[in-house]
Amino acid sequence: MNVEQSIQKKIIESVSPDYLEVINESHNHNVPENSETHFKVVAVTEQFEGLARVRRHQLLYQILSEELQGGVHALSLHLFTPLEWQERQKQTATSPLCMGGS
Amino acid sequence: MDIMETIKGQIEQNTIILYMKGSPNAPQCGFSMRASQAIMDCGQRFAYVDVISNPDIRTNLPQYGNWPTFPQLWVKGELVGGCDIITEMHESGELKPLLDSAAESAPAEE
Repeated sequence: MNVEQSIQKKIIESVSPDYLEVINESHNHNVPENSETHFKVVAVTEQFEGLARVRRHQLLYQILSEELQGGVHALSLHLFTPLEWQERQKQTATSPLCMGGS
Repeated sequence: MDIMETIKGQIEQNTIILYMKGSPNAPQCGFSMRASQAIMDCGQRFAYVDVISNPDIRTNLPQYGNWPTFPQLWVKGELVGGCDIITEMHESGELKPLLDSAAESAPAEE
């Protein structure tokens, strides 16, 4: 299982999202080809209801702590309840481009 | 001084503080650039720490705040979040009032 698959699996098992997108954005960055270093995650689940943004992110960081301690260098998280996701019309911000720093 | 004490002091003494890679004028990471621009847009003065030139802080802050990545915005001693949260709050219009009210409640500078 690669890192992308393991991120998917862990999120599904932990928060059973209605909608989940795990995108490997490493190719936008200054890393070797086929790297798994930069990811964007969009997750929509009822379980975020009543949780402040900072707590939702901390929950995901906890679920993905192994990946973050391993090779994952950047993890962009877009975490919504089903209602918030509907209100945003299913849009998320694009991740910024790399600037070469480590 | 113990590094955790240093971090605690920085967060307590600066009403608005951004831990980032590089500086607002010369950010060294796209996420740090986007976060610092959003905060600058709001027009309040803020402190920043470049974690690339402060490796001890880079290593220890994630544990202090239970937040593994940079940038990190702290307001009135509370972790607000990283680039995604800052951007979201900026877009929704929540960031400016948060920073304005924090700056207002800050003790006057000498």
